[in-house]
Amino acid sequence: MRGLTKTYPAVRGRRGAPGTPEVRATDDVRLDIRRGEIFGLLGPNGAGKTTLVRQLTGLMRPDRGSVEILGHDIVRHPERAARILAYLGQESSALDELTVSLAAETTGRLRGLDVHTARAERDAVLEELGLTQLAGRPLKKLSGGQRRLACFATALVGPRPLLVLDEPTTGMDPVARRAVWSAVDRRRAEHGTTVLLVTHNVIEAETVLDRVAVLDRGRVIACDTPGGLKEQVAGEVRVDLVWREAAPLHVPEVAALQDRVVESGRRWTLRLAPDEARAVVATVTGGAAFAALDDFTLATPSLEDVYLALGGAAQQGLVKA
Amino acid sequence: MSVVPAEVLPAGMRAADESPVTAAAELAPAARLWPSLCAVYRAQLSRARVARIPLLFVATFQSVGIMILMRGVVDGGAEARAVVAGSSVLVVAFVALNLLAQYFGQLRSSGGLDHYATLPVPPAAVVLGAAGAYASFTVPGTVVTAVFGCLLFGLPLTHLWVLAAVIPLAGAALAGLGAALGLLAPRPELATVLGQLGMSAALLLGVLPAERMPEVVRLARDLLPSTYGVEAFARTFGERPDWAFVLGDLAVCGAVGCVSLAVATWAYRRAAVR
Repeated sequence: MRGLTKTYPAVRGRRGAPGTPEVRATDDVRLDIRRGEIFGLLGPNGAGKTTLVRQLTGLMRPDRGSVEILGHDIVRHPERAARILAYLGQESSALDELTVSLAAETTGRLRGLDVHTARAERDAVLEELGLTQLAGRPLKKLSGGQRRLACFATALVGPRPLLVLDEPTTGMDPVARRAVWSAVDRRRAEHGTTVLLVTHNVIEAETVLDRVAVLDRGRVIACDTPGGLKEQVAGEVRVDLVWREAAPLHVPEVAALQDRVVESGRRWTLRLAPDEARAVVATVTGGAAFAALDDFTLATPSLEDVYLALGGAAQQGLVKA
Repeated sequence: MSVVPAEVLPAGMRAADESPVTAAAELAPAARLWPSLCAVYRAQLSRARVARIPLLFVATFQSVGIMILMRGVVDGGAEARAVVAGSSVLVVAFVALNLLAQYFGQLRSSGGLDHYATLPVPPAAVVLGAAGAYASFTVPGTVVTAVFGCLLFGLPLTHLWVLAAVIPLAGAALAGLGAALGLLAPRPELATVLGQLGMSAALLLGVLPAERMPEVVRLARDLLPSTYGVEAFARTFGERPDWAFVLGDLAVCGAVGCVSLAVATWAYRRAAVR
């Protein structure tokens, strides 16, 4: 097993609906994912995450470029992807009318397991994820988070060295989330399973990922550990000031900040060096400015800040779930 | 910040990253045709309990209703046979053609095919499993319709066993057609429309006595695969059925079934990898 698992200089030009210009969903993306790693793809809607994953799983042929998984060329042999990886897509419509138990068993059978192994694995996975109680219920009748967990269970039946999970924890409660991540960790510890995770949940990305690639308009704008990415903006802290009504521009120190803030309603967001931040906090928590201040927070940078600092999609930021 | 740090990894895994081992990982075995076909069939059959039962009743009631209406129009003989056979095969057309076209149309548009496409399963297993299940859904309705029709029009029940051949063969032909329509239709609404049109054709061309139809309609009737199922079934109501013709009609159904299922499999392949 090489350190380099996947490489794509993949350029995909996809024609949109008539009348719209050609859209490059993924543009010369190049990523290497190491074995045993939890690797994240982070980016706003429309950044090309799903397109990238579809190319990786053999569902979509890239116009150019190559995909190599564990020594197999997936562009030339897309059918091999299904024998190396398990994919959890965003849609459950193929399984909706099955019971949790039958969905897991059928998926195991279709992953090449014989009846006995499929049933044994089904029982083990449902138990592991705490789904045994729901085994007899159709997926359709479950809540969103439970259904997602059941779909995740089907992805785990039949061992695979690579799991490709497209927003696996959407709609889940904290208990279910924890079940997902401990199931992932167990497979990683025991079998060295590699995980490629698509997410736009920044908080989750910070906690579970070993490395993360930030995608924006089809390009990788950064790729590092969450800590490493944050170091790129480490010299800065974020100060959020919320004013009661309007900012007290008559205070000279406040007025001086005006051209550096990102303003949204009553909220001012500033990215400052630590010393500056300290001075600003001292200013606004005393004297005339304090009277106008409703709330303030001082925070070390998050992946969200990294994304913004890297100039992601017109400074809109990620969806913070 | 990470609560799942790299230390979780077994010792040496990180170090192994740098070692230039080039052997490709072993591929997991692909699912074989028969076991996966059975798995798909079983899963699809179980959907009937959750989703399809009301529509199976509709299919049967529709055919029974048509026979009752036609009772005032036809007066026994060849026409009555055609009505009973046509109504029975109509159940097959409703479920296997119409509902399967809708199912695959929806599955395709919602991205549900990705589930199957990322499993190492032969395309034929998915198509044949689903088509087989939908053909099976038609059995109770078809039998009920046939028995009811025979009693209503005073036809002999002697050769009803021929349904054991008519249902699977007409089922294969119509389900294959339905699957192909559903998988080829660019939008799910279109799949629904095509499925409905196919069923309406089976209704008009199969149930209404052919002798009263203009030449064009008779030609269309000859092109529709369900016609041969209807013909085969209708012949067995006779005093002394000509079994060679029955076999001939069933053979046409079987051949159309093979072709349409092959087309559906190709359509699945095409729809799954875009």
